[in-house]
Amino acid sequence: MGIAETVSDGRRLAIERPDAGAVAAVLLYLVADLTTKLLGTTVYALGFRVMGGSLTVGSLASMAVDGLLVGLAVGLAGIGLSMTYSILDFANFAHGDTVTVGAFLGWVAAYVTANLAVSAPLTDLFLFNGGAQLSASASWALVLFGLVVAALGTVAVVLVVDRLVYRPMRDSGSISLLIASIGVALALRYLIAFVFSTQTSGVATSGARLQLFAGVAITDNEIALLVVSVVLMLGVHLLLQRTKLGKAMRAMADNEDLARVTGIPTERVVRLTWVLGGALAGTSGYLLVLESGTISFNFGWILLLLIFAAVIVGGIGSIYGAMAGGVLIGLVDSLALIWLPSGLTRAAAFAVLIVVLLLRPSGIFGGVSTA
Amino acid sequence: MTGFEDVRDRLEELPDAALVVSFLVGIWLLLTALAFSVGGAQSANLAAGFVGSVTVLVGAYAILTLALNLQWGYTGLFNIGIAGFMAVGAYTTAILTAPVDPGAGGVPGFGLPLWVGLLGGMVMAAIVGAIAALPALRLRADYLAIVTVALSEIIRLFVNWGGVAEVQVFGKRFGTGGATGISFESPDEIVATLVNGPGQPLVTAAESVGISGPNVVNMAYGLSLLGIAAGSYWVLSRLVNSPFGRVLKAIREDETVTQSLGKDTRLFKIKAFMIGCALMGLAGALFRGSAGYISPAQFRPVITFYVFAALIIGGSGSNTGSILGAATFSALLFYLPARLGEYVPTFGQSAPGNVFEAVAALGSLDPTPLVAYTVSNVSTLRFVLIGVVLVYIIQNQPAGLLGHRNEPATSVDLTRPHAADGGEADE
Amino acid sequence: MSDAEPVGTERTPESEVPTTSDAIDSPLLEVQGLRKEFGGVTAVDGTSFKVGTGALTGLIGPNGAGKSTTFNCITGIHEPTGGTVRFDGHDVTGLAPYTLAKRGLVRTFQIARELSEMTVLENVMLAPPAQMGESALRSVLPGLREQVQRDEADVVEEAWETLEFFEIDHLAHENAGNLSGGQRKLLEMARVLMTDPEMVLLDEPLAGVNPTLEEKLLDRIDELRQDGLTFLLVEHDMDVIMNHCEHIIVMHQGRVLAEGDADTIQSDERVLEAYLGGDV
Repeated sequence: MGIAETVSDGRRLAIERPDAGAVAAVLLYLVADLTTKLLGTTVYALGFRVMGGSLTVGSLASMAVDGLLVGLAVGLAGIGLSMTYSILDFANFAHGDTVTVGAFLGWVAAYVTANLAVSAPLTDLFLFNGGAQLSASASWALVLFGLVVAALGTVAVVLVVDRLVYRPMRDSGSISLLIASIGVALALRYLIAFVFSTQTSGVATSGARLQLFAGVAITDNEIALLVVSVVLMLGVHLLLQRTKLGKAMRAMADNEDLARVTGIPTERVVRLTWVLGGALAGTSGYLLVLESGTISFNFGWILLLLIFAAVIVGGIGSIYGAMAGGVLIGLVDSLALIWLPSGLTRAAAFAVLIVVLLLRPSGIFGGVSTA
Repeated sequence: MTGFEDVRDRLEELPDAALVVSFLVGIWLLLTALAFSVGGAQSANLAAGFVGSVTVLVGAYAILTLALNLQWGYTGLFNIGIAGFMAVGAYTTAILTAPVDPGAGGVPGFGLPLWVGLLGGMVMAAIVGAIAALPALRLRADYLAIVTVALSEIIRLFVNWGGVAEVQVFGKRFGTGGATGISFESPDEIVATLVNGPGQPLVTAAESVGISGPNVVNMAYGLSLLGIAAGSYWVLSRLVNSPFGRVLKAIREDETVTQSLGKDTRLFKIKAFMIGCALMGLAGALFRGSAGYISPAQFRPVITFYVFAALIIGGSGSNTGSILGAATFSALLFYLPARLGEYVPTFGQSAPGNVFEAVAALGSLDPTPLVAYTVSNVSTLRFVLIGVVLVYIIQNQPAGLLGHRNEPATSVDLTRPHAADGGEADE
Repeated sequence: MSDAEPVGTERTPESEVPTTSDAIDSPLLEVQGLRKEFGGVTAVDGTSFKVGTGALTGLIGPNGAGKSTTFNCITGIHEPTGGTVRFDGHDVTGLAPYTLAKRGLVRTFQIARELSEMTVLENVMLAPPAQMGESALRSVLPGLREQVQRDEADVVEEAWETLEFFEIDHLAHENAGNLSGGQRKLLEMARVLMTDPEMVLLDEPLAGVNPTLEEKLLDRIDELRQDGLTFLLVEHDMDVIMNHCEHIIVMHQGRVLAEGDADTIQSDERVLEAYLGGDV
């Protein structure tokens, strides 16, 4: 596409959709500003600094890596939220606490097993006290074991919750289900607090550090997060594309009534949705704790809005959208630091969520295809 | 005929007022009974403390629930950014009334009287509500929910940000105090001045039966909040029992139809949203800022969900139900369990430090540590209870306590005018 | 109804778009070259027709002919992709539904859309335009509320009369959601008439209505026409169309296929073919 064409496209956009035009203008400015910052120059107009400053490639890259890592985990969690949103047709406000459940189940399993030989009392170990912290390189088998427990345990919890709460409400409206999920969120969160108390515990620490370039380093735990997320995303892709059940799920996400008429076993698909969504939520929670090193009873709840942002930016019901949306939101969350003080970067991610919902509720990648 | 209708109208109104009053009295009696069974010599003072605190909670949640009922129960606007609008109201009040010269460590403000601050807080909350509403009100209910909760977090993160802790605009210094919060004209203090001044005989009388002065003030503050809740109820009842309220209900049922019948629904939605936000702002200042101090941590989204729980329990769409829901939630689910955990004896032994020790004791067939642990952690478990109650109500009683009632939105009597031959004569 | 007829003077005689409705000399509604696309699909493809003042005009066509979309474009539910809609001599293309309703152009829905958690009486009382109590301030403030109540007392009276007219007054205090399908249709009609309209677009008002009720509804429509109301009727029951409408418009594949009185339409071979599913 030639420049003239782009310019005329831009002009048309600005006239036909002034809101989208404004967004495009802001994005254009940010890119230009970022470029001048990287070049180390500053542009002044009328005595005011218009753009520029200084930013090293190295700090940009490490911010991007941070954002990518968090974004992958958020995207992984987002897949489950996106699937329940489209297939069961409600915004599941308990999804963040499902992430927490997975993290606790997985880390209790890994931490206690790893420290069995330590003389600390077992009851302390269950609360992440008195043992050694884990790293992906030093105790990869145990970390992997915890990951599996996180996935399976979350699936079990999620299926029980579905049986008790959502299944009796299959015919209810999406708002009733949403309110029920708020109840589930409270119950799960404070059951965790009841068992594990409200303190923040350290469970993981990096065992090795790999220098990449320009001072950018990545730890073994971060590499584990990266590898596992990418592998799981590929797995989800294959599942949806290659298996019959995957196709049924995509069909149901598109049009539930039609799927039912064409004889797709909807209740089985619903169960599989919970299984898949729960497993991914649990693993993402587990991986996030591996990356950050600490665990607390409400970290998933705090993360929930970020996961929603990923799903909505990616387009509700789109699996790939959730992954891409996660990465995008993760990047916004960390790269916003270039322009905003550290206290406001999270607000920037939420602002992106609001802008997308207002201007393009089908999501940036949504409306193209389901999968 | 008019006289008869008047009397009947009053009779029809009476059960609601009687219902609310007897509900409140029941809660007070229950807490008094609890205080006297655990308080020993301090019983009267303890009871006064319980009753005062619970009244503050009931009053505050009643205002919040009524506001949400206007938005969600009547108009169908799924606002889960309540915490954010409370923060806007509270912070505006705080900035307007904080002392101009606060001394070391304090955040300066405009030093205005409290009533100006409260009015400003309501106006600002309404304005922020309108700004949020203008683009967002055309969204689906669940999208509006996500937009409002995101907005409330943005507001909280903003006031938390160090950059606005103290700023200077046109030579005037003010700010939010950032993460440490801000002190301002204390509403509680004003009530205390009234109680200790003109109300001194009351305090003396209370002290003679062992009730401390601060507890009298606390009760007075709770009753003031209840009064404001009653005022809100009066305004909102008139507001919704009118053609205005009828349009709101119609929007909730089917906005396209309402538009097709010639109503500019956007205008009605924005008005309803702004009025609700103003009340939320007021509650934010008087409830969270009752002691003359607020900080961002007091406006986490979870409080939004408490208000929702209260409304669902009471029955969305009913103003009386809103108050009953607020009372049920704040007194029976929120306040009472915490006091029970605090005062119920745990078999004379101290509770184990964590649940695993308690469970381990089960191995030696001793359930008491687990019971003791459970009782001492009841303030955590009450949130599990709230969650379970919410799910139970949505599954089994979606209309809540009173939402099933048919309360036609009108300002007049709806019986057939000429059926009684003379319906027109009453004008 | 309207005593002056501004339409005739403003209208360009036998305008650019060829139509067969030359017979209508005082149109209240004039649709010209109306187009509506959804994505790549053209639902309405250059429809033009006129509806005479005080007439009962039928709009028919096989499923998917674009009748409902045409309705939605006229009444502002959808914004048309192209073409114009003139009502009462003014261009009203793309105006919001509430603006159109205020000007006297209202509609009913194919599937009755009752406000189910409101009583029948509330449903009907919602409709009257510009009620004093629709102002938030007036309905709250002492002194002003008394005016609101006086204003509303009139609305109550009118509402009861309308319910009686449609013989659903015995259901007045019932929640609208509890009504039968036919009763809902009556309620929709009652509600729409409370807006004091000039013209009513009826989208299949008789679907799912039993014969007794159907007779009742058609009688009501006739009575209302005596009072000067204009109707545009989408209906699948050919007997109703042929027996009651003096002018009939046939749509097919998003266009007007034929127009005229019942005899003209019944003898038009293209209409028959369209209904048999052939391409025209």
